[in-house]
Amino acid sequence: MTATLQRWMWPILLLAMFLIVWEVAVILTDTPTWMLPRPTDIFAAFREDHALLWWHTQVTLTEVVIGFGVALVSGVAIGIAIDSSPVLERSLYPLIIASQTIPMVVLAPLLLIWFGYGLTPKIIVAALIAFFPITVSTVDGLRAADREVMAMLRSFGASGWNRFRLAKLPAALPSIFSGARIGVAVCVIAAVFGELVGASEGLGYLMQRSASQFLTARVFAAIFILSFMGVGLFALISLLERILLPWRKYLSDRPRA
Amino acid sequence: MRNPSDIPRVRLDRIDAIYIEDDVTLEALRDISFSVEDGEFVALVGPSGSGKSTLLDIIAGLYAPAGGDVILDGETLPTPARLGASSYMHQRDLLLPWRSALDNAALALEVHGVPRKQARQRALERFDEFGLAGFEDAYPAQLSGGMRQRVAFLRTVLAERPLLLLDEPFGALDALSRVVLQSWLLDLWERERQAVLLVTHDVDEAVSMADRVVVLSARPGQITHIETIDLPRPRTRDMLTSETFHRHRVALLRALGLLDQPQEALIASEVALA
Ligand SMILES: Nc1ncnc2c1ncn2[C@@H]1O[C@H](COP(=O)(O)OP(=O)(O)OP(=O)(O)O)[C@@H](O)[C@H]1O
Ligand SMILES: [Mg+2]
Repeated sequence: MTATLQRWMWPILLLAMFLIVWEVAVILTDTPTWMLPRPTDIFAAFREDHALLWWHTQVTLTEVVIGFGVALVSGVAIGIAIDSSPVLERSLYPLIIASQTIPMVVLAPLLLIWFGYGLTPKIIVAALIAFFPITVSTVDGLRAADREVMAMLRSFGASGWNRFRLAKLPAALPSIFSGARIGVAVCVIAAVFGELVGASEGLGYLMQRSASQFLTARVFAAIFILSFMGVGLFALISLLERILLPWRKYLSDRPRA
Repeated sequence: MRNPSDIPRVRLDRIDAIYIEDDVTLEALRDISFSVEDGEFVALVGPSGSGKSTLLDIIAGLYAPAGGDVILDGETLPTPARLGASSYMHQRDLLLPWRSALDNAALALEVHGVPRKQARQRALERFDEFGLAGFEDAYPAQLSGGMRQRVAFLRTVLAERPLLLLDEPFGALDALSRVVLQSWLLDLWERERQAVLLVTHDVDEAVSMADRVVVLSARPGQITHIETIDLPRPRTRDMLTSETFHRHRVALLRALGLLDQPQEALIASEVALA
């Protein structure tokens, strides 16, 4: 517990110092609030608008969680399919990698035309963005399975399913978790981007509306919530990894060949 | 067992093995023929790269020989069909880092369809014997090299196949655990009398444990000599100093080409073999 405290102490101190410098700098330079609000203005916005902020946070969070869930399930499933089928590896995998060159800027307006202003296009954008790192890390993780371990299991007479269940998948999990962590972080950005393209709710929409009304403190409040959401989801997955893969911590203590 | 004891557990008939990699052909084994009878303990010695591990891979069904037949219990089995017929302990311990020592030891049983709980129970019963008591829940990364090897050894033994293929099972052990596990293996073998094929770098280990010792030449591995060991069973530590032991030892060192060399090389025979 004290170790956790120590780990967090320095970033928190740094952040506090940054906020103080910001506050003082704005006061000294006499910058107007609509241009750059002071941290205390932003806290005030949190207090006054908390119902509004909370409502839009829920919308964005829903998009992120559903989008990420879809990306996780389909990414892992397709990663497994690609690993187990040489035909898919040669046909589908290059296409998935090539699809990354299609910019979201182009795709998002199209999704808006096809699916309207609701949650669906945002969920699709979030899922598409997170799908890629999750799929690639699943394929990489499955490929990294020790060939000799697989041979040992075959010498025991293990079926393909048993080899997958007992060795391949567990060996791939750390890599899948890395992909999921990257995926969830980009998911938040993608959902907000989807909202900026066209929406009637969500933090991206709120930011856009508040900016046009020069409610800059509220824009900053939304930005803080978004970064907190990204960091929080990232930390949640790291925590899940530590709980589900307790053996990992021993490996980092003592590197082995 | 279903086969009469005059049929060997495994018979190798003119086995050749090659590795092909990027148009480079490497001949690993040439014309290997010998058998391990039911209840017989055979050791296989040879310099590094002579194809000992390759031969075990072939018997286990993991690698297809370029020529020749593997006959298990009188039946010529093609390559994938031999999988699961023997208990094979690889040269590396191959423990799964996400499984505890106990779960690693129970792995082969689980593969054979024993329910997890029961498999763990059976592994647990032997943890003490293997000097692993108290480390049931430790992950492989928390174990010493010697302990990891013992877990791997236990995993192999628990598979309980009538043919035991051991690739330097005591290689990573300190001298003391080595002696303990050697006599433990001999005890087990006295009780169960499986057919054993033991690969080792250690001539003394081969003589003290085996009924026969097969000597391979440097690559491509060919059989240069088969020594039948004349020591009574059960073997004891005292036999290590006997006249017979010494005679076999010298014969094997000569077969390995280690006696024509200068004195230093002879003293370092184990090192040279390794
Ligand atoms: N998968 C492989 N691909 C190509 N060559 C291989 C492969 N496995 C082994 N070899 C080669 O075949 C030869 C025999 O290897 P093998 O591992 O059977 O020797 P070994 O007698 O077990 O040696 P050691 O005592 O060092 O374990 C070696 O020259 C090795 O380089
Ligand atoms: Mg070897």
